Amino acid sequence: MANVTLRNVRKTYPGGFEAIKGIDVAVGDGQFCVLVGPSGCGKSTLLRMVAGLETISSGEIEIGERVVNTIEPADRDIAMVFQNYALYPHMTVYNNMAYGLRNRGMPKPEIEQRVREAARILEIEALLDRKPRQLSGGQRQRVAMGRAIVRQPKVFLFDEPLSNLDAKLRIAMRVEIRKLQRRLATTSIYVTHDQLEAMTLADILVVMNGGVVEQIGSPLEVYHRPATTFVASFIGAPPMNLIALEGSELRRQLGDHGDATTLGIRPEDLTLTSGDAGDGGLALKLRVDAVERVGPESFVYGRPGDHQGEAEIIVRVAGEHTPALGEHVLAVASRAKLHLFGRDGRRLEP
Amino acid sequence: MVENEGIRRYVAHAILWLGIAIVAFPVYLAIVASTQDAASIANGQMSLLPGGHLIETYYKTIFVGTSGSTREPVGVMLMNSLVMALAIACGKIAISIISAYAVVYFRFPLRMTIFWLIFITLMLPVEVRIYPTYKIAADLQLLDSYAGLTLPLIASATATLLFRQFFMTVPDELLEASRIDGAGPLRFFWDTLLPLSRTNIAALFVILFIYGWNQYLWPLLITTRDDMQTIVIGIRKMITTSDALTEWPVVMATAVLAMLPPVVVVVVMQKLFVRGLVETEK
Ligand SMILES: Nc1ncnc2c1ncn2[C@@H]1O[C@H](COP(=O)(O)OP(=O)(O)OP(=O)(O)O)[C@@H](O)[C@H]1O
Ligand SMILES: [Mg+2]
Repeated sequence: MANVTLRNVRKTYPGGFEAIKGIDVAVGDGQFCVLVGPSGCGKSTLLRMVAGLETISSGEIEIGERVVNTIEPADRDIAMVFQNYALYPHMTVYNNMAYGLRNRGMPKPEIEQRVREAARILEIEALLDRKPRQLSGGQRQRVAMGRAIVRQPKVFLFDEPLSNLDAKLRIAMRVEIRKLQRRLATTSIYVTHDQLEAMTLADILVVMNGGVVEQIGSPLEVYHRPATTFVASFIGAPPMNLIALEGSELRRQLGDHGDATTLGIRPEDLTLTSGDAGDGGLALKLRVDAVERVGPESFVYGRPGDHQGEAEIIVRVAGEHTPALGEHVLAVASRAKLHLFGRDGRRLEP
Repeated sequence: MVENEGIRRYVAHAILWLGIAIVAFPVYLAIVASTQDAASIANGQMSLLPGGHLIETYYKTIFVGTSGSTREPVGVMLMNSLVMALAIACGKIAISIISAYAVVYFRFPLRMTIFWLIFITLMLPVEVRIYPTYKIAADLQLLDSYAGLTLPLIASATATLLFRQFFMTVPDELLEASRIDGAGPLRFFWDTLLPLSRTNIAALFVILFIYGWNQYLWPLLITTRDDMQTIVIGIRKMITTSDALTEWPVVMATAVLAMLPPVVVVVVMQKLFVRGLVETEK
C-alpha cells in the first residue's frame, strides 16, 4: 500500500505542446482519487505519467516514498485498466491475467491461486478458458480488472474504464469498483470525464482544466464550495447558474458584494414562489422558456425579465408540477446558498 | 420470376463449369501425357485417356532423369527447388518481420530514412540489379550453392511494408499493457506480436513460397552444376534438346511434379489461414 505524490509535475510533448502545467496532488494510502475534467485537459497524460508510459518533463512523482521518475512501468508496482481494456486477443482469460505474474517469475501454483481468487471475486470463473472476443463488453471489463487485481499492486490506475459500457452497466460497475477498492484498500487514481462517476467514486476529487488543477477536495466540498467558475459549471448536473453581475439589477439586491463579478446559484437552491425573497435573499423574475420533466424532479428554464440577451437560468423543482411555458415566475434563493466569484473566476468568501 | 431464377442459376453454373474445364484441361492433359509412351506422343497420336506407363514414367523421372539434357534425376531438382523456395519464404518473412518491428516500435536516428531506403528497393527487383548482384555473389564464392540461390532474393520490401502496415493497426495499449506486465521488447514480440501476425505470416508464406518456387532467371545464372539446378529450369532444359527426341512423358511428369508442392502449400496453409482469420481479432 502506498501514497502517491505529484510535485510540480509538468509535461511538454515533443512538438512543444504543454499538456500538464505544473500539478501538485497528494493521494493518501488507500484513497480513491478521481481526476475529472473536460476532454483534452490532460487527465490521461497525467495518469500515464504516473504509470510510466509517458516521460515526465519536470517535477517529481513519488509512489510509496520512492521517486519513480525514471523507473520502468513494470517496476513501479502499479496496475492499469485501459479504456479499451487492451486484453491480449490471442490469450485466454486465464492467461491474460496470469501473463504479468509469469513475466515476474512467480511460481505456477501461486499464479493459479491468485488468478482463481481474482476470478472468484469478479465472478468470471466460468470464463477463464475463453478468448476475449468471446466475451461481452462487461465481461471484458471484469477481465481487465482481474488482470489488475492479480498483481496486488501498490496503486491501481484507471483510464475511463467504464466509458465503453452502456449506462446501466456503467452504474453497476461503478458501484462494484468502489466496493472492490474499499475491500482491497489499494490506492487508486481514476480518470473520468463523467462528473457523476467522479462524485460517487472519489475520496479526493481533482478537477482539471487545460493542464492545471482547478480544485482538489472531497466531492461534497468541491460541490458546495467550488473554487472557480469553471468548477462550478463543471461539477453538478444541470450545472450551476452563473450570472454576470455587471450592469445587472441583482447588484442592488445583493447590497455589499465586494469585488464579485459573477454570481452562482445551484438549480436546486432556487425555489419558485409567489411571495418575495424574504431575509436578505435574492429574487429573480423569470419568464419560463422550457421545462424538462425527469420524474422525481423537473427543471425549469427561464430568462430574467424580458431581455433575451441574458443567460438562461435553470431551476430545479421537486415533482412534476411546473409553471406553464411563457408564465412569469419568481425564483428565490437564500443568501447562504449564493456563490460569489471575482473577476479572475476565483471564489470570494462572503 | 421463379423459372427465371432457375434458368439464371443453370447459366451461372454452366459458365463456372466451363471456366473449370478451361483451367483444368491442360493439367489433365499433362497428367495423361505423363502416363503414355514417348513414341505415341511424338507421332501426334496421343490418346486423351490415361495410358499404362504411369509407374514406369514417374520412377524414371524421379530417380533416373532424362537420358540426355539434364543428366540429373528430377528428385534432386525437386529437392533443390524445395530448399530454395522454403529458404526464400522463411528468410523473407523472418527478415521483414524483424525490420518492420524495428521501424514501427523503436525510435532511432534515421528511422524514417531507413524506412524509405527499404521502400525504394521495391523499384529494384532482381532483374534490374542482376549484374551487380551476380558480381557480388560470384565474388563471395556463392555460385552453385544454396546460399547463392536464396540470399540475394531474401531481402523483401513488400513483406516489410505489409508487416509495418499490420503492426500500425495493433493498438498501442497492447504494447503499454505488456510493458506494465513486465514484458520487454523481445517478450512483447514473441508473446504478443508474433501470435497476432499468424494470419499475415501464413498468407505471406503461401505467396512467397510460390514466388521462390517459380524463380527462373536467377537460378539460371547462379547455378551451372547439374546437381544444383531447380525443377523449373530442368523442365526448360528437357524441352530444348538439339540432338535427341524430347521425352515428352518425362517432361510432363516433371511438370506435374513441379506443380505439386505449391498445391500442397496452398491447400495446407489455406486451412491455417482461414482458421487464423476466424480466430484472431484485435
Ligand atoms: N502524443 C502527443 N503529442 C502531442 N500532444 C498530445 C499527445 N497526446 C496528447 N496530446 C495533447 O495533450 C492534451 C491532453 O491529452 P489527454 O489525452 O491527456 O486528454 P484527456 O484529458 O485524457 O482527454 P479525454 O477526456 O478526451 O481522454 C490534448 O490537448 C492532446 O491533444
Ligand atoms: Mg483520456
